[in-house]
Amino acid sequence: MVELLKEKHEETPEPNPRRGLHTQIDLMLAFFRVGMLGFGGGPSAIPLFQQEAVKKYKWMTDEEFADTLALANTMPGPIATKMAGYIGYRVGGIIGCLNALISSVMPTALLMIFLLQLLQVYKDIPWVQHMSASVVPVVAVMLATMTWDFMKKSGDTLGWKKAVILILASFLLTEWFNIHPGILIFVLILFVFLPSKKKEAAKG
Amino acid sequence: MIYWQIFLAFFIPGILGYGGGPASIPLIENEVVGKYGWMTTQEFSEVLAVGNSLPGPIATKMAAYIGFVEGGVIGGFVALLATIAPSIILMLVLMAILLKYKDTPQVKNISKVVRPVIAVLLAVMTYQFAKDSVLSLGTVYTIIMIIGSYILLERVKLHPAFVILIALGVGAISGLIIY
Repeated sequence: MVELLKEKHEETPEPNPRRGLHTQIDLMLAFFRVGMLGFGGGPSAIPLFQQEAVKKYKWMTDEEFADTLALANTMPGPIATKMAGYIGYRVGGIIGCLNALISSVMPTALLMIFLLQLLQVYKDIPWVQHMSASVVPVVAVMLATMTWDFMKKSGDTLGWKKAVILILASFLLTEWFNIHPGILIFVLILFVFLPSKKKEAAKG
Repeated sequence: MIYWQIFLAFFIPGILGYGGGPASIPLIENEVVGKYGWMTTQEFSEVLAVGNSLPGPIATKMAAYIGFVEGGVIGGFVALLATIAPSIILMLVLMAILLKYKDTPQVKNISKVVRPVIAVLLAVMTYQFAKDSVLSLGTVYTIIMIIGSYILLERVKLHPAFVILIALGVGAISGLIIY
Protein backbone atom coordinates (compact mmCIF):
# COMPACT_ATOMS: atom_id res chain seq x y z
CA MET A 1 0.00 0.00 0.00
CA VAL A 2 2.78 2.39 0.97
CA GLU A 3 4.64 1.41 -2.15
CA LEU A 4 1.58 2.07 -4.24
CA LEU A 5 1.18 5.54 -2.79
CA LYS A 6 4.85 6.24 -3.28
CA GLU A 7 4.65 5.22 -6.90
CA LYS A 8 1.63 7.39 -7.45
CA HIS A 9 3.37 10.31 -5.86
CA GLU A 10 6.41 9.91 -8.04
CA GLU A 11 4.25 9.89 -11.14
CA THR A 12 2.68 13.26 -10.37
CA PRO A 13 4.30 15.91 -12.54
CA GLU A 14 6.16 18.71 -10.78
CA PRO A 15 3.90 21.67 -10.25
CA ASN A 16 6.52 24.33 -10.88
CA PRO A 17 8.31 24.21 -14.19
CA ARG A 18 12.01 24.81 -13.70
CA ARG A 19 13.10 27.57 -16.02
CA GLY A 20 16.82 27.42 -16.30
CA LEU A 21 19.66 26.33 -18.49
CA HIS A 22 19.08 22.77 -17.34
CA THR A 23 15.49 22.85 -18.59
CA GLN A 24 16.55 24.30 -21.92
CA ILE A 25 19.09 21.51 -22.37
CA ASP A 26 16.40 18.95 -21.56
CA LEU A 27 14.11 20.57 -24.13
CA MET A 28 16.85 20.57 -26.74
CA LEU A 29 17.69 16.89 -26.22
CA ALA A 30 14.04 15.83 -26.12
CA PHE A 31 13.08 17.53 -29.36
CA PHE A 32 16.31 16.63 -31.12
CA ARG A 33 15.50 12.98 -30.43
CA VAL A 34 11.93 13.42 -31.66
CA GLY A 35 13.14 15.10 -34.84
CA MET A 36 15.83 12.56 -35.65
CA LEU A 37 13.82 9.44 -34.83
CA GLY A 38 10.46 10.42 -36.31
CA PHE A 39 10.58 8.74 -39.70
CA GLY A 40 7.52 9.23 -41.89
CA GLY A 41 6.81 12.88 -41.15
CA GLY A 42 5.37 14.75 -38.19
CA PRO A 43 2.24 12.67 -37.46
CA SER A 44 4.32 9.51 -37.04
CA ALA A 45 6.42 11.33 -34.42
CA ILE A 46 3.46 11.86 -32.07
CA PRO A 47 4.20 8.77 -29.94
CA LEU A 48 7.78 10.06 -29.60
CA PHE A 49 6.52 13.41 -28.30
CA GLN A 50 4.45 11.59 -25.72
CA GLN A 51 7.42 9.46 -24.72
CA GLU A 52 9.55 12.55 -24.07
CA ALA A 53 7.02 15.06 -22.69
CA VAL A 54 4.89 12.75 -20.56
CA LYS A 55 6.90 9.65 -19.73
CA LYS A 56 10.48 10.84 -19.61
CA TYR A 57 10.43 14.48 -18.48
CA LYS A 58 6.90 14.59 -17.00
CA TRP A 59 6.28 18.07 -18.41
CA MET A 60 2.59 17.27 -18.73
CA THR A 61 0.09 14.56 -17.81
CA ASP A 62 -1.34 12.09 -20.30
CA GLU A 63 -4.59 14.04 -20.32
CA GLU A 64 -2.94 17.39 -20.96
CA PHE A 65 -1.00 15.78 -23.76
CA ALA A 66 -4.17 14.40 -25.32
CA ASP A 67 -5.83 17.82 -25.11
CA THR A 68 -2.84 19.53 -26.69
CA LEU A 69 -2.77 16.95 -29.46
CA ALA A 70 -6.50 17.27 -30.14
CA LEU A 71 -6.24 21.04 -30.39
CA ALA A 72 -3.11 20.91 -32.51
CA ASN A 73 -5.03 18.63 -34.86
CA THR A 74 -7.82 21.17 -35.30
CA MET A 75 -5.33 23.82 -36.39
CA PRO A 76 -3.54 24.00 -39.72
CA GLY A 77 0.16 23.52 -40.34
CA PRO A 78 2.67 20.79 -39.53
CA ILE A 79 1.67 18.90 -36.40
CA ALA A 80 5.19 18.26 -35.09
CA THR A 81 6.17 21.92 -34.98
CA LYS A 82 2.91 22.91 -33.32
CA MET A 83 3.49 20.32 -30.60
CA ALA A 84 7.16 21.26 -30.19
CA GLY A 85 6.38 24.98 -30.10
CA TYR A 86 3.59 24.65 -27.57
CA ILE A 87 5.31 22.20 -25.24
CA GLY A 88 8.52 24.24 -25.45
CA TYR A 89 6.60 27.40 -24.57
CA ARG A 90 4.87 25.79 -21.60
CA VAL A 91 8.07 24.37 -20.19
CA GLY A 92 10.54 27.15 -20.94
CA GLY A 93 8.73 30.27 -22.13
CA ILE A 94 9.50 31.97 -25.43
CA ILE A 95 13.11 30.73 -25.40
CA GLY A 96 11.85 27.24 -24.73
CA CYS A 97 9.50 27.54 -27.69
CA LEU A 98 12.26 28.62 -30.07
CA ASN A 99 14.66 26.07 -28.61
CA ALA A 100 12.21 23.19 -29.12
CA LEU A 101 11.42 24.32 -32.67
CA ILE A 102 15.05 24.68 -33.74
CA SER A 103 16.01 21.34 -32.15
CA SER A 104 13.26 19.43 -33.91
CA VAL A 105 13.50 21.09 -37.32
CA MET A 106 17.09 22.13 -38.06
CA PRO A 107 19.08 18.87 -37.95
CA THR A 108 16.95 17.10 -40.55
CA ALA A 109 16.55 20.24 -42.68
CA LEU A 110 20.35 20.53 -42.94
CA LEU A 111 20.70 16.82 -43.70
CA MET A 112 18.11 17.23 -46.48
CA ILE A 113 19.94 20.17 -48.08
CA PHE A 114 23.26 18.35 -47.91
CA LEU A 115 21.97 15.12 -49.52
CA LEU A 116 20.06 16.88 -52.30
CA GLN A 117 22.98 19.19 -53.12
CA LEU A 118 25.16 16.09 -53.44
CA LEU A 119 22.65 14.66 -55.91
CA GLN A 120 22.63 17.91 -57.93
CA VAL A 121 26.39 17.74 -58.54
CA TYR A 122 26.14 14.41 -60.34
CA LYS A 123 22.74 14.84 -61.94
CA ASP A 124 23.90 15.16 -65.59
CA ILE A 125 25.41 11.68 -65.81
CA PRO A 126 22.85 9.41 -67.62
CA TRP A 127 22.93 6.52 -65.16
CA VAL A 128 22.57 8.94 -62.25
CA GLN A 129 19.54 10.41 -64.00
CA HIS A 130 18.11 6.94 -64.43
CA MET A 131 18.86 6.23 -60.79
CA SER A 132 17.06 9.31 -59.50
CA ALA A 133 14.14 8.80 -61.91
CA SER A 134 13.69 5.35 -60.37
CA VAL A 135 12.58 7.01 -57.17
CA VAL A 136 9.49 8.54 -58.84
CA PRO A 137 7.43 5.30 -59.00
CA VAL A 138 8.26 4.61 -55.34
CA VAL A 139 6.98 8.05 -54.40
CA ALA A 140 3.86 7.38 -56.48
CA VAL A 141 3.20 4.29 -54.34
CA MET A 142 3.77 6.26 -51.12
CA LEU A 143 1.35 8.92 -52.32
CA ALA A 144 -1.20 6.31 -53.37
CA THR A 145 -1.19 4.76 -49.90
CA MET A 146 -1.50 8.22 -48.34
CA THR A 147 -4.43 8.94 -50.68
CA TRP A 148 -6.10 5.75 -49.58
CA ASP A 149 -5.50 6.55 -45.89
CA PHE A 150 -7.11 9.95 -46.30
CA MET A 151 -10.06 8.52 -48.25
CA LYS A 152 -10.65 5.74 -45.75
CA LYS A 153 -10.49 8.15 -42.84
CA SER A 154 -12.87 10.50 -44.66
CA GLY A 155 -15.32 7.65 -45.10
CA ASP A 156 -14.94 6.58 -41.46
CA THR A 157 -15.52 10.04 -40.01
CA LEU A 158 -18.04 11.54 -42.44
CA GLY A 159 -19.83 8.45 -43.68
CA TRP A 160 -19.11 7.13 -47.16
CA LYS A 161 -21.98 8.97 -48.87
CA LYS A 162 -20.86 12.43 -47.77
CA ALA A 163 -17.19 11.56 -48.26
CA VAL A 164 -17.72 10.39 -51.85
CA ILE A 165 -19.76 13.50 -52.69
CA LEU A 166 -17.08 15.76 -51.20
CA ILE A 167 -14.30 13.86 -52.98
CA LEU A 168 -16.05 14.07 -56.36
CA ALA A 169 -16.98 17.72 -55.86
CA SER A 170 -13.46 18.76 -54.89
CA PHE A 171 -12.04 16.78 -57.81
CA LEU A 172 -14.31 18.64 -60.24
CA LEU A 173 -13.61 22.03 -58.69
CA THR A 174 -9.82 21.76 -58.45
CA GLU A 175 -9.10 19.83 -61.64
CA TRP A 176 -11.92 20.92 -63.95
CA PHE A 177 -12.51 24.49 -62.88
CA ASN A 178 -8.95 25.04 -61.67
CA ILE A 179 -10.03 26.53 -58.38
CA HIS A 180 -7.11 26.97 -55.96
CA PRO A 181 -7.35 24.23 -53.30
CA GLY A 182 -6.82 26.91 -50.65
CA ILE A 183 -10.04 28.66 -51.58
CA LEU A 184 -11.92 25.37 -51.50
CA ILE A 185 -10.57 24.53 -48.03
CA PHE A 186 -11.38 28.01 -46.75
CA VAL A 187 -14.97 27.78 -48.03
CA LEU A 188 -15.39 24.35 -46.44
CA ILE A 189 -14.20 25.68 -43.07
CA LEU A 190 -16.71 28.53 -43.32
CA PHE A 191 -19.38 25.99 -44.20
CA VAL A 192 -18.62 24.04 -41.01
CA PHE A 193 -19.50 27.06 -38.89
CA LEU A 194 -22.55 28.17 -40.87
CA PRO A 195 -25.23 25.45 -40.43
CA SER A 196 -25.15 25.53 -36.63
CA LYS A 197 -25.91 29.25 -36.66
CA LYS A 198 -28.97 28.51 -38.78
CA LYS A 199 -30.03 25.81 -36.34
CA GLU A 200 -29.54 28.11 -33.38
CA ALA A 201 -31.55 30.79 -35.11
CA ALA A 202 -34.30 28.29 -35.84
CA LYS A 203 -34.34 27.21 -32.21
CA GLY A 204 -34.33 30.77 -30.89
CA MET B 1 10.96 39.86 -54.77
CA ILE B 2 11.95 36.23 -54.38
CA TYR B 3 11.78 36.17 -50.56
CA TRP B 4 8.19 37.41 -50.63
CA GLN B 5 7.29 34.71 -53.18
CA ILE B 6 9.02 32.07 -51.05
CA PHE B 7 7.15 33.33 -48.02
CA LEU B 8 3.78 33.13 -49.80
CA ALA B 9 4.54 29.73 -51.36
CA PHE B 10 5.00 28.21 -47.89
CA PHE B 11 2.68 30.43 -45.89
CA ILE B 12 -0.40 29.28 -47.83
CA PRO B 13 0.27 25.52 -47.41
CA GLY B 14 1.20 26.23 -43.78
CA ILE B 15 -2.13 27.77 -42.85
CA LEU B 16 -4.28 25.52 -45.08
CA GLY B 17 -2.65 22.16 -44.44
CA TYR B 18 -5.11 20.63 -42.02
CA GLY B 19 -3.98 17.19 -40.92
CA GLY B 20 -0.29 17.92 -40.36
CA GLY B 21 2.68 18.18 -42.67
CA PRO B 22 1.79 15.38 -45.11
CA ALA B 23 -1.54 17.11 -45.83
CA SER B 24 0.34 20.19 -46.98
CA ILE B 25 2.52 18.30 -49.52
CA PRO B 26 0.03 18.64 -52.40
CA LEU B 27 -0.47 22.29 -51.46
CA ILE B 28 3.30 22.89 -51.55
CA GLU B 29 3.45 21.15 -54.92
CA ASN B 30 0.65 23.37 -56.16
CA GLU B 31 2.71 26.47 -55.34
CA VAL B 32 6.22 25.30 -56.15
CA VAL B 33 5.54 23.32 -59.34
CA GLY B 34 2.21 24.73 -60.49
CA LYS B 35 2.28 28.40 -59.62
CA TYR B 36 5.91 29.53 -59.46
CA GLY B 37 7.45 26.84 -61.67
CA TRP B 38 10.56 26.59 -59.47
CA MET B 39 10.73 22.85 -60.02
CA THR B 40 9.46 20.18 -62.39
CA THR B 41 7.33 17.32 -61.09
CA GLN B 42 10.42 15.09 -61.41
CA GLU B 43 12.55 17.42 -59.28
CA PHE B 44 9.78 17.79 -56.75
CA SER B 45 9.43 14.03 -56.51
CA GLU B 46 13.17 13.70 -55.82
CA VAL B 47 12.88 16.23 -53.02
CA LEU B 48 9.84 14.43 -51.64
CA ALA B 49 11.57 11.06 -51.88
CA VAL B 50 14.64 12.24 -49.99
CA GLY B 51 12.38 14.03 -47.51
CA ASN B 52 10.38 10.87 -46.94
CA SER B 53 13.46 8.79 -46.33
CA LEU B 54 14.89 11.18 -43.74
CA PRO B 55 13.56 11.56 -40.22
CA GLY B 56 11.73 14.62 -38.92
CA PRO B 57 8.70 16.64 -39.96
CA ILE B 58 8.21 16.46 -43.73
CA ALA B 59 6.83 19.93 -44.43
CA THR B 60 9.74 21.72 -42.79
CA LYS B 61 12.32 19.62 -44.62
CA MET B 62 10.67 20.44 -47.95
CA ALA B 63 10.43 24.12 -47.04
CA ALA B 64 14.04 24.39 -45.91
CA TYR B 65 15.38 22.75 -49.05
CA ILE B 66 13.18 24.47 -51.64
CA GLY B 67 13.66 27.83 -49.91
CA PHE B 68 17.42 27.27 -49.87
CA VAL B 69 17.54 26.39 -53.59
CA GLU B 70 15.46 29.41 -54.60
CA GLY B 71 16.82 32.00 -52.20
CA GLY B 72 19.98 30.74 -50.49
CA VAL B 73 20.33 30.53 -46.73
CA ILE B 74 17.93 33.44 -46.18
CA GLY B 75 15.43 31.80 -48.52
CA GLY B 76 15.64 28.61 -46.48
CA PHE B 77 14.93 30.51 -43.27
CA VAL B 78 12.09 32.47 -44.87
CA ALA B 79 10.46 29.23 -46.07
CA LEU B 80 10.87 27.60 -42.64
CA LEU B 81 9.45 30.64 -40.90
CA ALA B 82 6.48 30.80 -43.28
CA THR B 83 5.75 27.12 -42.67
CA ILE B 84 6.09 27.14 -38.90
CA ALA B 85 5.38 30.60 -37.50
CA PRO B 86 1.73 31.16 -38.49
CA SER B 87 0.50 27.88 -37.05
CA ILE B 88 2.60 28.21 -33.87
CA ILE B 89 1.34 31.73 -33.18
CA LEU B 90 -2.19 30.61 -33.92
CA MET B 91 -1.72 27.63 -31.62
CA LEU B 92 -0.43 29.71 -28.70
CA VAL B 93 -3.07 32.42 -29.10
CA LEU B 94 -6.05 30.18 -29.78
CA MET B 95 -5.15 27.55 -27.20
CA ALA B 96 -7.04 29.31 -24.45
CA ILE B 97 -10.12 29.98 -26.58
CA LEU B 98 -10.21 26.56 -28.18
CA LEU B 99 -9.76 24.77 -24.86
CA LYS B 100 -13.21 26.11 -24.00
CA TYR B 101 -14.82 25.01 -27.25
CA LYS B 102 -12.82 21.88 -28.01
CA ASP B 103 -15.83 19.61 -27.65
CA THR B 104 -18.09 21.59 -29.98
CA PRO B 105 -18.89 19.79 -33.23
CA GLN B 106 -17.68 22.70 -35.37
CA VAL B 107 -14.08 22.52 -34.18
CA LYS B 108 -14.10 18.75 -34.51
CA ASN B 109 -15.60 18.96 -37.98
CA ILE B 110 -12.88 21.12 -39.54
CA SER B 111 -10.42 18.34 -40.21
CA LYS B 112 -13.27 16.01 -41.19
CA VAL B 113 -14.46 18.16 -44.09
CA VAL B 114 -10.97 19.14 -45.22
CA ARG B 115 -9.74 15.55 -45.39
CA PRO B 116 -11.59 14.59 -48.63
CA VAL B 117 -10.09 17.59 -50.42
CA ILE B 118 -6.60 16.54 -49.39
CA ALA B 119 -7.41 13.00 -50.55
CA VAL B 120 -8.26 14.35 -54.01
CA LEU B 121 -5.10 16.47 -54.17
CA LEU B 122 -3.02 13.44 -53.20
CA ALA B 123 -4.76 11.28 -55.80
CA VAL B 124 -4.01 13.82 -58.53
CA MET B 125 -0.38 13.97 -57.45
CA THR B 126 -0.17 10.18 -57.48
CA TYR B 127 -1.42 10.20 -61.06
CA GLN B 128 1.09 12.89 -62.11
CA PHE B 129 3.98 10.99 -60.56
CA ALA B 130 2.94 7.72 -62.21
CA LYS B 131 2.59 9.49 -65.57
CA ASP B 132 5.99 11.15 -65.20
CA SER B 133 7.54 7.83 -64.37
CA VAL B 134 6.03 6.18 -67.46
CA LEU B 135 7.32 9.02 -69.65
CA SER B 136 10.89 8.94 -68.33
CA LEU B 137 11.34 5.27 -67.51
CA GLY B 138 8.87 3.43 -69.77
CA THR B 139 5.73 1.51 -68.87
CA VAL B 140 7.25 -1.89 -68.06
CA TYR B 141 9.98 -0.54 -65.77
CA THR B 142 7.47 1.72 -64.02
CA ILE B 143 5.03 -1.12 -63.37
CA ILE B 144 7.81 -3.33 -62.02
CA MET B 145 9.01 -0.53 -59.74
CA ILE B 146 5.47 0.25 -58.54
CA ILE B 147 4.65 -3.38 -57.74
CA GLY B 148 8.05 -3.92 -56.13
CA SER B 149 7.86 -0.86 -53.92
CA TYR B 150 4.24 -1.57 -53.00
CA ILE B 151 5.21 -5.04 -51.79
CA LEU B 152 8.22 -3.75 -49.85
CA LEU B 153 6.38 -0.78 -48.30
CA GLU B 154 2.98 -2.26 -47.53
CA ARG B 155 3.44 -6.03 -47.32
CA VAL B 156 7.00 -6.40 -46.01
CA LYS B 157 6.55 -3.09 -44.11
CA LEU B 158 10.11 -2.12 -44.91
CA HIS B 159 11.14 1.35 -43.82
CA PRO B 160 10.64 3.98 -46.61
CA ALA B 161 14.30 4.98 -46.36
CA PHE B 162 15.38 1.45 -47.29
CA VAL B 163 12.86 1.23 -50.14
CA ILE B 164 14.22 4.49 -51.57
CA LEU B 165 17.78 3.15 -51.21
CA ILE B 166 16.80 -0.08 -52.99
CA ALA B 167 15.12 1.92 -55.77
CA LEU B 168 18.27 4.01 -56.15
CA GLY B 169 20.34 0.84 -56.28
CA VAL B 170 18.10 -0.80 -58.88
CA GLY B 171 18.07 2.43 -60.87
CA ALA B 172 21.86 2.77 -60.76
CA ILE B 173 22.47 -0.83 -61.84
CA SER B 174 19.88 -0.82 -64.64
CA GLY B 175 21.08 2.64 -65.68
CA LEU B 176 24.69 1.43 -65.93
CA ILE B 177 23.55 -1.53 -68.06
CA ILE B 178 21.46 0.64 -70.41
CA TYR B 179 23.94 3.50 -70.87
